[in-house]
Amino acid sequence: MIGADLAIMTPEIVLSLFAMAGLLGAVYTSKDKLASAMCWGTAALFVIIAFYIGVTGNGAHEAFDGMFIDDAFSRFAKVTILLSAAAILAISQDFMAKSDLLRFEFPILIILAVVGMMIMVSAGDLIALYMGLELQALALYVVAAMRRDSVRSTEAGLKYFVLGALSSGLLLYGASLTYGFAGTTRFGGIIEAAQGDMPLGLLFGLVFILAGLAFKVSAAPFHMWTPDVYEGAPTPVTALFATAPKVAAMALFARVVHDAFGGVIGDWQQIVMFLAVLSMFLGAIAAIGQTDIKRLMAYSSISHMGFALMGLASGTAQGVEAMLIYMAIYVVMNIGTFAFILTMERDGRQVTDISSLSAFASKEPTKALAILVLMFSLAGVPPLLGFFGKYAVLVAAVDAGLIWLAVAGVIASVIGAFYYIRIIYLMYFGDAREGLDGKMGLVPYVGLIGMAAIIGLGWIPGINLFGIEAPAQAAAAMLTR
Amino acid sequence: MTIGLEHYLTVAAALFVIGIFGIFLNRKNVIIILMSLELMLLAVNINLVAFSSFLGDLTGQVFTLFILTVAAAEAAIGLAILVCYFRNRGTVDVEDVANMKG
Repeated sequence: MIGADLAIMTPEIVLSLFAMAGLLGAVYTSKDKLASAMCWGTAALFVIIAFYIGVTGNGAHEAFDGMFIDDAFSRFAKVTILLSAAAILAISQDFMAKSDLLRFEFPILIILAVVGMMIMVSAGDLIALYMGLELQALALYVVAAMRRDSVRSTEAGLKYFVLGALSSGLLLYGASLTYGFAGTTRFGGIIEAAQGDMPLGLLFGLVFILAGLAFKVSAAPFHMWTPDVYEGAPTPVTALFATAPKVAAMALFARVVHDAFGGVIGDWQQIVMFLAVLSMFLGAIAAIGQTDIKRLMAYSSISHMGFALMGLASGTAQGVEAMLIYMAIYVVMNIGTFAFILTMERDGRQVTDISSLSAFASKEPTKALAILVLMFSLAGVPPLLGFFGKYAVLVAAVDAGLIWLAVAGVIASVIGAFYYIRIIYLMYFGDAREGLDGKMGLVPYVGLIGMAAIIGLGWIPGINLFGIEAPAQAAAAMLTR
Repeated sequence: MTIGLEHYLTVAAALFVIGIFGIFLNRKNVIIILMSLELMLLAVNINLVAFSSFLGDLTGQVFTLFILTVAAAEAAIGLAILVCYFRNRGTVDVEDVANMKG
C-alpha cells in the first residue's frame, strides 16, 4: 500500500534525496567549487524529471488517501515548473559567477523550492497544500536574501518574508475555518460541504484562502511586495520568482477553487474577477513611470497575473485551459526577457535602468530584434504567442458571459502596451550616449534567441503553439469534472 | 456558563486580528512584526484544536502539529534574514526598511 503511494510520488522523492545528497556532498568535500557542476546537474535532473513526468504519466492517481493527487493537471503544471526552473538555473550561471554568488546552496534551495511547488500543484488536502506552500516559500525567502552583504537584497528578503508569512497566516486562518465548517481537510470532502447556500464560516474560509493565494500570485491588491522584492533580489532570483512560483501558485489557485469550491462558483467568481480587473489595470498603469527594468517586469507580471486570473474567473474548463496556456506562454516570454536582463552591463558593471537600453539596436541588431519580439509578445501584439495567450483568456471570459471583463482586459492590455513599446522605442531610436556593452555569454544568448524564436514562430499553423493545447485541455478537464 | 466552540473561535479571531494589526500599525521594530506573525499562527492553532475537539476528528490536531513545526522553521529563517539585514543597515526600525520605493 505505502509502496504504491510512494511510487506515485517518485519525482518529488528523487528531487528531495538529490537535494540532501548534494548538501552533504558539498559540505564534506569542496563546497563552492562544486557549485557550477551542481547547477548544471540540477538543471539536467529537472529536465529529465520533466520528461519522465510528461512521457510516462497517465490517468489520475491518488496517494496517501487523497492527500496527493497525480493527474493531467498537476503533470502539466509540474512540467512547466521544472522546465522553467531548469532554464533559469542555466541562464543565471554567468551572472552568479560574476557577482560571486555561485554558492552550492543556491541550486539546493531551488530544488527544495521546486519540490514545494510540485507538492502544491498536487495537493488534494489543506495540509498538503500548506506544507507544499511553506516548503516553497521558506526556500524562496532565503534565495531572495542570497546576497548577504547587500542592503537591497536583504531588505528584499525581509519584505518578502514578512508579507509571505502574513499571506500564509491568512491562508491558514481560512484553512482552519474551512476545516471547522466542512469537517474535513480533504478537497473531496470540502466540495461536498460547499454546495448551494454554504455556511458563512465556509465563505469566510474561502475568502481568506483566496486572499492568501492572491498574495502568492501577486495579484492586486495584494501585490505590494512584488516590485520591491523583484528590484532588490539578485537578478537570477528575480527571474525565478517571475516564472516557476507563479505557475505553481496559479495552478494551486485553480486547484482550490475548482477541486474544493467547485460547487459554489458564483461565490468565488466575484472575488477572482475583482482581483483580475484590479491587477490588470494596476500592473499596466503603475509600470509606466518605472525606470528600473526589474521593477517594470514586476508590474508587468502583476498585469499578466490579472489576465491569467481572468481565465480562471470564467469558472469553466475552457477558462482553466486558457489560464494554463497563458501561464506557459508567460513563462517562456519571461525566461527570454530575463536572459537578456541578466546580461545587461555597462563598462563591465551590472545595470538595470531602462535608459541604458538606448540605441542598443544599432550595436546589436540580432539581440535587439529578439527583445523586440519578446516585448511585442508581452504586450500581446499578434501574431506572436503572447497574443494567443491573451486571446484564449478573452474568449474564455466572453464564452462565460463576462463580456465587460473581456473589454476591461483589452483596455488594460492597450494601456500596458505603452511601456513595452517605450523599451522598443529606446532601443531603436534612443540616443547612444551611454549604451550597454552588449556582451552576452553563450547560454543566456541561446536562451534569449531560443525563447524569442519560440514566441516568434509558435503561431505558424504547422507548429500550432507547439501542441500545448491538447495537454492543457486534458489538464483542465481533469480539474472541472 | 459553559465554554462552547464560539468562545474559542472568538479568542482565536481576536488574537488573529491583534496579530494583523501588530504588523500594519507597528512602526518601531521588525522583531515585533515577527512576534505578530507568530501570534497569527497560534490563533490559527487555537481555531484548529477547538474545531478538532468539537468535531471529534483528529485531523485538526495533526494540522496544528504541522503548523507548529513550520512556524519554528519560519521564525528561524526570519531571524536569520533579520540578522543579515541588521549587519548591513545597523538598525531594525520598520521606518528604515524603505530603500526601495516607487
